[in-house]
Amino acid sequence: MVGGAQAEISNNTVKIGYLADMSGTYRDLAGPNGLKALEMAIKDFGGKVNGAKIEVVSADDRNSPDTSSSTVRRWVENEDVDMVAGMVASSVSIAVSKILEENDRLGIISGSAASSITNEHCTPNHIHYVYDTYPLANGTASAVVKEGGKAWYMLTADYAFGHSLESDVRQVVEANGGEVIGAVRHPFPTQDFSSFILQAQASGADVVGLANAGSDTTNAITTASEFGLTQSGQTLAALLLFLTDVHALGAETAQGIQLTTGWYWDMNDETREWSDRFMKETGVRPTMVHAGIYSSTMHYLNSVAAAGSDDAQTVRKQMMDTPINDMFAKNGKIRVDGRMVHDMYLAEVKTPAESKSDWDLYKILRTIPAEEAYRPLSQSKCKLVKM
Amino acid sequence: MTMIFGVPLAVLSGQLLIGVINGAFYALLSLGLAVIFGLLKIINFAHGAMYMLGALVTVVLFDMMGVNYWVALFLAPLLVGAFGILIEYFLLRRIAGQDHIYSLLLTFGVALIIQGVLTNIYGVSGLRYSMPDLFKGGINLGFMFLPYYRAWVIVVALLVCFGTWFVIEKTKLGAYLRAGTEDSQLMQGFGINVPLLVSLTYGFGVMLAAFAGVLAAPIYSVTPVMGSNTLIVVFAVVVIGGMGSIGGAIITGILMGVIEGLTKTFYPPASSAIIFLVMVVVLMFRPNGLFGKEA
Repeated sequence: MVGGAQAEISNNTVKIGYLADMSGTYRDLAGPNGLKALEMAIKDFGGKVNGAKIEVVSADDRNSPDTSSSTVRRWVENEDVDMVAGMVASSVSIAVSKILEENDRLGIISGSAASSITNEHCTPNHIHYVYDTYPLANGTASAVVKEGGKAWYMLTADYAFGHSLESDVRQVVEANGGEVIGAVRHPFPTQDFSSFILQAQASGADVVGLANAGSDTTNAITTASEFGLTQSGQTLAALLLFLTDVHALGAETAQGIQLTTGWYWDMNDETREWSDRFMKETGVRPTMVHAGIYSSTMHYLNSVAAAGSDDAQTVRKQMMDTPINDMFAKNGKIRVDGRMVHDMYLAEVKTPAESKSDWDLYKILRTIPAEEAYRPLSQSKCKLVKM
Repeated sequence: MTMIFGVPLAVLSGQLLIGVINGAFYALLSLGLAVIFGLLKIINFAHGAMYMLGALVTVVLFDMMGVNYWVALFLAPLLVGAFGILIEYFLLRRIAGQDHIYSLLLTFGVALIIQGVLTNIYGVSGLRYSMPDLFKGGINLGFMFLPYYRAWVIVVALLVCFGTWFVIEKTKLGAYLRAGTEDSQLMQGFGINVPLLVSLTYGFGVMLAAFAGVLAAPIYSVTPVMGSNTLIVVFAVVVIGGMGSIGGAIITGILMGVIEGLTKTFYPPASSAIIFLVMVVVLMFRPNGLFGKEA
């Protein structure tokens, strides 16, 4: 089925592949509920785009770039998938985006963190939608340094995402007059952090920065509290925490931790209205990734409808030309490198006294404006920026 | 400050102690595996799932019925052990006497089913379980801060390990067990109920895993997938110690905890691989493991 004309929808079908960790460490932040968010978007859109039907396939990425690559290769080469959504582990997204580029299909990455995805690993075929390590470092690390935490010790997950976050944190800390005096790279995933926490305690650093995610972060925080890390005068800075992680830790353990997020369910009427619908479907409050999957799918479908085509480059251009204004972002823009830039938020976990319900967990301390939050294009190493 | 390979002695002492604590966990888990393999010749790939069940049952008992840690320490292993006996009675018994690979595949399948079902119910973010009040805080040893709970883990894990070794190797009950699995027909002739003995032994091995799970509940994130990563390491420990060697499993468990702890200090990225590296080297020179009997 080789369609010559660009301005039409191939096979009269828009086919979306949802790829995420459905059963492992990163399941709860995207996973099956992310698929629900995607289906909500399709339903709200009306189920059809310009008369063409919308199909969804999904797969478990098992946090493995190899497994994901073969899945996505099958999707784009044999099953006419037009767009791949979801994508969590950064190593998976980087591997998948190469295949999408070879086959000229579109990928919208909502779960991954590595800022390198739209920097040295950028392609004309993917968009990075929700957040990345640059604003995480920028928001949380700069706030902590300004409060006096000058000497940092990093606990870093030993793969693409952790490395990217560690290097972004290092830049921010140094730019604000601080210093990273030591770092330890731990295997992903790690259950017992006591050895690493002990090393962090012995380092004499003011701040212990956690450049990891999911159960690695919650395990590290639990162990740090068990070993009295904060009682001995050190501050814990979790660079990436999802709502589901904080919910698992509970306000009691997590209170006072500052974090940067791309979205929070309880910010305004619009976010609450959508979150209530999401909770009805899933039983839990949405993470920023769930909200981002909904928003990006909606933006994609709107763009397919407006362009009258599901051709990757045509749709990507349409998506870049249209600002995003919905419950997820206000005046969000997709840049030439594929980065969707929007306001980010510095939040603090509420104390048990402040938290009125199980999911009432953040107070927003500061809005980080889009242009300040993300890596400026002037510093970009993306090949598309120089073109 | 005295330095050893660029690491201060104080830090090193702390890491050694942490290694022993983690080793005590490995010992407890590999002991259960060794009992099940040594006596029943079953390769129990559901061991990680049973460890997870021990932790999960502890949390669920507390959330639903307010059952405290001390009661859970007995109740959770009993419940999970009973579940293990059901698995033995309804499933494993049917493939008794077949090649080892069947028990491996069957228990692996059971583990995946348990893990999958519970993941759908509880997710993977981790369930909250607070430290019993008695164990809050810790003691400053000079070279490190030792949480009371970790001290408790070493003591109780080693006691249980030693007790198990003693019962199996030194008592009459242990002799029945060993004899029953060596020549079941002869033992049947002596009026010993061998099938019951087999069920109970499997149940006991599972209880040891669940007991380790209860110990883990206050300090690790309790999730349905927590057992799957631990299982592979623990298997390596058993292989290094010598499949089925009870004492070997205990000593190797502690040794591997220490070796892993030292790797975490000197070269952290290798810490998840070091035990497997040791396994390869041991298998090259002693195919039956450090404490295994010659085949």
